[in-house]
Amino acid sequence: MTLLVAKVGACLIAAFLAIFWALMAADSAFAIQMGIVAAAALIAAWAMARTADYRAMSGLAPPAGPGTGYDDNLIRFGVIATMFWGLAGFLAGLYIALQLAFPALNLGLEYTTFGRLRPLHTSAVIFAFGGNALIATSFWVVQRTCRARLAFPSLARFVFWGYQLFIVLAATGYLLGITEGKEYAEPEWYVDIWLTIVWVSYLAVYLGTIVRRREPHIYVANWFYLGFILTVAMLHLVNNLSLPVSIFGSKSYAAFAGVQDALTQWWYGHNAVGFFLTAGFLGMMYYFVPKQAEKPVYSYRLSIVHFWSLIFLYIWAGPHHLQYTALPDWAQTLGMVFSIMLWMPSWGGMINGLMTLSGAWDKIRTDPIIRMMVLALAFYGMSTFEGPMMSIKTVNALSHYTDWTIGHVHSGALGWNGMITFACVYFMVPRLWGRSRLYSQRMVNWHFWLATLGIVLYASAMWVAGIMQGLMWREYGADGYLVYAFSDVVAAMKPYYLIRATGGGLYLLGALIMAWNMFQTIRGKLRDEAPMSDAPYDPALDKPLQPVAAA
Amino acid sequence: MSYDALRHAADSWGLLCLTILFLFAVWRALRPSARADQEAASLIPLDDEGPRA
Repeated sequence: MTLLVAKVGACLIAAFLAIFWALMAADSAFAIQMGIVAAAALIAAWAMARTADYRAMSGLAPPAGPGTGYDDNLIRFGVIATMFWGLAGFLAGLYIALQLAFPALNLGLEYTTFGRLRPLHTSAVIFAFGGNALIATSFWVVQRTCRARLAFPSLARFVFWGYQLFIVLAATGYLLGITEGKEYAEPEWYVDIWLTIVWVSYLAVYLGTIVRRREPHIYVANWFYLGFILTVAMLHLVNNLSLPVSIFGSKSYAAFAGVQDALTQWWYGHNAVGFFLTAGFLGMMYYFVPKQAEKPVYSYRLSIVHFWSLIFLYIWAGPHHLQYTALPDWAQTLGMVFSIMLWMPSWGGMINGLMTLSGAWDKIRTDPIIRMMVLALAFYGMSTFEGPMMSIKTVNALSHYTDWTIGHVHSGALGWNGMITFACVYFMVPRLWGRSRLYSQRMVNWHFWLATLGIVLYASAMWVAGIMQGLMWREYGADGYLVYAFSDVVAAMKPYYLIRATGGGLYLLGALIMAWNMFQTIRGKLRDEAPMSDAPYDPALDKPLQPVAAA
Repeated sequence: MSYDALRHAADSWGLLCLTILFLFAVWRALRPSARADQEAASLIPLDDEGPRA
């Protein structure tokens, strides 16, 4: 009872402080953000007071024990949050893709301009969709591979809901025009501090569960997850070192200036890709691919070498985002060389994942979830081939600042992160809600093909558009002047923007089918449908051969 | 520490230490005596029904 009163009281004090901060706010956007914090604190207080077990507290009933199963309730929320934020992020992406083709869709409002919606899209898909998928799957994987329940269950709840508050604050902040101007690290100082608290709690829950493990060995997926959690903590702290103008205002200034700031930002930015979108998702891959294939990973020692090579190499690759800038030349070359060396662990890891299916290749035909995993691994391989290639200075001279980069990012994000997340969610949903199977396997198949076609349209349009754009920008005439005006290049891009938006639309459509499939599975429905694969049978031919009549 | 000192420490002793650390980690994974542990570990995801008492 005392604990409950303390928790609810802390929430109420937090709400009171947030209202005070809102009243003192130096800018109206900050006041709105503090209003959101106050509302979140009040909701938390209400939820804790409502769900508390008063009968046990007053001694009328024995306290509910922790149960014998794994602590999966949070993962159910996590899976739903992943789907919800995924749809929001894909929709925002489709909308801004259409804005590029039809500028009227900016609607003449500051809140709906491309500049504000674009970080909303990137953060929604990376941190909200990807982040929730990582938190949910990591809690699933760490419990099962450690054969232990989640450590610090209350703290784990704080991690999940605190992370949702971070997402809401970041998203509303972008629309209100609050930004640090650092790509993938746009949220301002007070949101950064909040995320730091949430992230350290996440680390505590994760490490605590590993410490409580009943399994002597720490399975390799946990190494990847732990690498992801630790490195993201370090990246976030360093890149967001800044001084607020006022503790009652949203604006802050970075501790670094000029090229140091740029290098810190891209050290962060590239490792956000390397550790958030790669190491974390490889944790998913190393657990869920063996699980769905019902075979151990192809080579466990390769997975260890994969881990250490990725960790040691990725951290140096960031400067390749600053080729031909004020960054010292040696640092640019260093970034390029380490990027190229990353080919080895990336392809080693892809081969390790794919070869796990060795001896079970028929599952690609019969099991759409395996098919998604294979496609995800193929895109992991393709985008980690393309990235180092684009970091080579001569290639970068053409590709940098063009839509080729956007195509590359999306082949990784839609192909690798998206597909492996979908596969893991499809794996977990029937098990989390105790269903015998998914509502529909055939809908998974539809999702697979819509998403694949969407990625193909997206990536190929952006290759053509990006290379065309790069070539047009650098085209000199005989008289030494640039041949094309910037507006000529923009006009030439229009058909590719339309193809890209079509690809994004197909990808969103696939995700909508997934949401329906997931919703029906949770409701406990099973779709009456023909199985994905069956041996052919024709009753008309199922009889003995008749003797041939003599001529 | 000046930028120059940091830079020279990084591209000499720093580089050497990290390289040795990396080679040690890879050797730990590849040494033949680790094989039995690795084979047992690789089966962990396939044997995970319910928390172990």
